Amino acid sequence: MTQPDPGRRSRILLGASGPVANVSIAVVSTIVFLVVVTLAIVNSPGWETVKASFFNASEARETFPLVASAFLLNVKMFLIAEVFILAFALLIAILRGLPGPVFFPLRALAIVYTDLFRGVPTILVVYLLGFGMPGLNLTGVPTDPVVWGVIALVLVYSAYVSEVYRAGIESIHPSQEAAARSLGLTRAKTLRFVIIPQAVRRVIPPLLNDFIGLQKDTALVSVLGSVDALQQANINSAADFNYTPYVVAALFFIALTIPLARFTDYLILRERRRRQAGGVA
Amino acid sequence: MSAESGGLVVEGVRKSFGKSEVLRGIDLVVAEHEVVCLIGASGSGKSTLLRCVNLLEPIDAGRIVVNGEEITAPRVDVNRVRRGIGIVFQAFNLFPHMSVLDNVTLGPRRALGMSKANAEAEAREMLGQFGLAEKVGDYPDRLSGGQQQRVAIVRALAMRPRLMLLDEVTSALDPELVAEVLEVVRGLARDGMTMVIATHEMGFARDIANRICFLDGGVILEQGPPDQIFTSPAEERTQQFLARIIAAGRM
Repeated sequence: MTQPDPGRRSRILLGASGPVANVSIAVVSTIVFLVVVTLAIVNSPGWETVKASFFNASEARETFPLVASAFLLNVKMFLIAEVFILAFALLIAILRGLPGPVFFPLRALAIVYTDLFRGVPTILVVYLLGFGMPGLNLTGVPTDPVVWGVIALVLVYSAYVSEVYRAGIESIHPSQEAAARSLGLTRAKTLRFVIIPQAVRRVIPPLLNDFIGLQKDTALVSVLGSVDALQQANINSAADFNYTPYVVAALFFIALTIPLARFTDYLILRERRRRQAGGVA
Repeated sequence: MSAESGGLVVEGVRKSFGKSEVLRGIDLVVAEHEVVCLIGASGSGKSTLLRCVNLLEPIDAGRIVVNGEEITAPRVDVNRVRRGIGIVFQAFNLFPHMSVLDNVTLGPRRALGMSKANAEAEAREMLGQFGLAEKVGDYPDRLSGGQQQRVAIVRALAMRPRLMLLDEVTSALDPELVAEVLEVVRGLARDGMTMVIATHEMGFARDIANRICFLDGGVILEQGPPDQIFTSPAEERTQQFLARIIAAGRM
């Protein structure tokens, strides 16, 4: 641990005594870890059964295209819901930040909304809207359960995302607002051009976190009977008495969330570089 | 002094934050083209007074008249009033997500409704005058403190204000960067800009001001031409304050 001091700076940065040593230690420890875990699993008494029912190659090949096309529904629900959530949640956050006694009703409404939809389990909101609204038999009200599933996701996630926005807005120093107002900008324009652009940049990582959650929760809409990746896996798994389709579905969800996470990292990095490197506007 | 037509009139202004009364009846008249420096210890109310004049803080009593209009009257459009008054803050308060050019054009475009092309042309010209032509596309993080403060001054000037309020604009700067900012302010004074300047730079105040106001405990205790205030102040509190400044080597 305590070595002579020339390596101190890199130890602080890299956590050990140098970049080369670091990488080799990381590689060796990772390999050892994986080997131990693999051996433990493969040598467990039930491995052969689990392998056959969860990691069946022919079952995977067979169900892959079916789950893939069903997964498109998840992607579609996610994309549509995300657009509405981004806009609706911002509106809620702005309502909640309105000043003065006149706007008390709107502030109260925003608070009640976020409390309500963060408090009720998502799957309950999906059930209630998905079965309840078409059941009203009102003309003009959509009867497609997928539509109500998406609406339920928008309502629930907007409550979370509005809190993320609010945290971002409140993190902007009041001196920024003072500077903008001193130029004669209205409160609305101050929000639009000065506060919100800075706030949104700050909350991109937590926003993404919520969207990864949303992506996975699109599977909840399958309780309404629509055939998404989970429902398709359900069908195949029940027909073939094999759980491999679930693993296939899981891989699809992972394949979508990981690139999204890397993309956000890239956005954050680009923003930081642009601000620090100056130059090209 | 034809202060009712141009310039600034402050009458009996009081302002409290919670239980502490920061301004206890300020009376001040600044004629058009006059430069008035506010001096006094931290907490004497200099910054609060400037923020009140820019309507960033509502006042509790008294009235403020700018260019003949009572801006503290009820139902006055604060946004319109603020467009005519420039303020520069101690901590620059530039918008970090915008380039220098966008910082300067935000007010003209979004508050004055100027076209993008016009606002940018004017901004480039002004930035050029203040030696910032190279920095147009940079983000504030990349500039030195002195450059940032000069951009902040240009941002305020881009609104073509008739009154400028400077709130300790050099207090956050490294000593070697103070001169470049003060030079800009001197230029504004030469051009006849009406200014109220809160400052701790006594030498600068003595140089630039037509009049010095010494604030103490939320009132203007003493005011007069720089020579009089700095060489033979009448009030004991003023003498004590200046003695402390001299002892600190800031004179």
